[in-house]
Amino acid sequence: MDSRTIRWRALLPPVVVMAAFLLLWEAAVRLSGTEAWLLPAPSDIARDAWSARPRLAQHTGATLSLTLLGFAGGAAAGLLLGAVLHLLPLVRSGFYPLLVLSQNIPVIAIGPLLVIWFGFGLLPKLLLVMLVCFFPVCVAMLGGLQGADPGLERYMRMIGAGRWRRFLGLELPGALPQLFSGLKIAASYSVTSAVVAEWIGSDRGLGYFMLLSSKGFKTSLVFAGVALVVMLSLMLFAAVAGAEKLTLRWRPRKEDGR
Amino acid sequence: MNVLEIRNLRKSFGSGGRRVEVLGGVCLTVGEGEFVSLVGPSGSGKTTLLSLIGGLERPDSGEIMLAGKPASEGAGRAAYMPQQAALLPWRTVRGNIELALRIAGRDRAEAKRLADEGLRRLGLEAYARSYPHVLSGGMQQRVSFLRALLSPQPLMLLDEPFGALDALTRQRMQRWLLSLWEEERRSVLFVTHSIEEALLLSDRVLVLSASPAVVVRELQVPFARPRSAMLGSDPRFGELKESLYESLGSLEEGDMPL
Repeated sequence: MDSRTIRWRALLPPVVVMAAFLLLWEAAVRLSGTEAWLLPAPSDIARDAWSARPRLAQHTGATLSLTLLGFAGGAAAGLLLGAVLHLLPLVRSGFYPLLVLSQNIPVIAIGPLLVIWFGFGLLPKLLLVMLVCFFPVCVAMLGGLQGADPGLERYMRMIGAGRWRRFLGLELPGALPQLFSGLKIAASYSVTSAVVAEWIGSDRGLGYFMLLSSKGFKTSLVFAGVALVVMLSLMLFAAVAGAEKLTLRWRPRKEDGR
Repeated sequence: MNVLEIRNLRKSFGSGGRRVEVLGGVCLTVGEGEFVSLVGPSGSGKTTLLSLIGGLERPDSGEIMLAGKPASEGAGRAAYMPQQAALLPWRTVRGNIELALRIAGRDRAEAKRLADEGLRRLGLEAYARSYPHVLSGGMQQRVSFLRALLSPQPLMLLDEPFGALDALTRQRMQRWLLSLWEEERRSVLFVTHSIEEALLLSDRVLVLSASPAVVVRELQVPFARPRSAMLGSDPRFGELKESLYESLGSLEEGDMPL
């Protein structure tokens, strides 16, 4: 059996479950005669989404660009701060509590404030997405850098590797697996936080579109928006996972756990 | 001229009532092309001694002379082979060797040439592009030894290099090291727990006392080189072994609280 058949076999159970779920949903709505504004059947959602496709595409594009910008900015900030906190122990002990504190601010509360401070443009939304993405990346980066193998650290010091060499040669490559875990978490948060940002204050994007649709009782379009958000999330996650696979080729391959 | 000369080295850790003297005036020398072993009860400060020689820590008092001159500040004074192979998992065998040579000050082309040459000479060229995790423990230690051998420093510090290997692999590695060293004749300070290993490999064996450590016995190993791996069956080998065990035994008993 080659690996391709194995992959298809792994894919089969979730696809079957998903299909069964949609069928059940369709049947329940049809048989009970539930009205479409309350709970539309999957076929209604597909049909309405198809007829609204130009608008959906436009809003999806807006959400995607906000997500990508926010993710990139937040990840970059997290990476940088993680490295700085690692290299400067005094700064680390001072700022770490503040870092954790920043994550306890509810996004839903800070969002309107950001709009008040920075207006309805791109900036407040971008800041919100960055704020959400920044933390998991920073914590993963810091943890990964601090977790360098002590034996390797001692070896590198014994042969005379300076601080910068140890950072680039040992600590940074060693931090990559953990860093990618952080990036994956940030990637999956980024889309939903972009949607929340658009919900709070925007004139475009899927968040705005879903808000509008729900106020107009176009429930099927709300569901279409949800489906698109989920797809965007999965795509971004898959992209990061793919980058991880390419970067960490040196890692021992795990036995196929089936 | 001695490659390494240590005079009256003292080192304590902790402070106040918790102050523990680890080294209590250690004196030793390693001559040009000499193989010197250091044996001692566990906790006799062998690792501390290596840290001081390597430049990771500073002695409280005493002198470390390398090639007749006081040792410079900082680490990187000696080639080093630790108990765990300390190979970076994301670098190939050749990449690991190259990195060590680069840290020791070789340029890129030179490091590559030396690494290739060394791997060929030791018959390891088939592993040059492998990652460390696919190698057995013994093979990893061969690479680790080669890496130390290629380093330009005249002194090699070997810190229980075979301590983590199983008995059979250990014996094979001792023979391998013996024949290799007899060709190369580098100056070696070899830390070990095994008296047989020390007798088989060394020109001189030094016995350290428990902490605070001092050199309590020095034994010139009388066997001619090149040595055979069958040396263990020589009756004189047995006598020397017994006598060293006695020295060590009396030290261990001295540790016992009354």
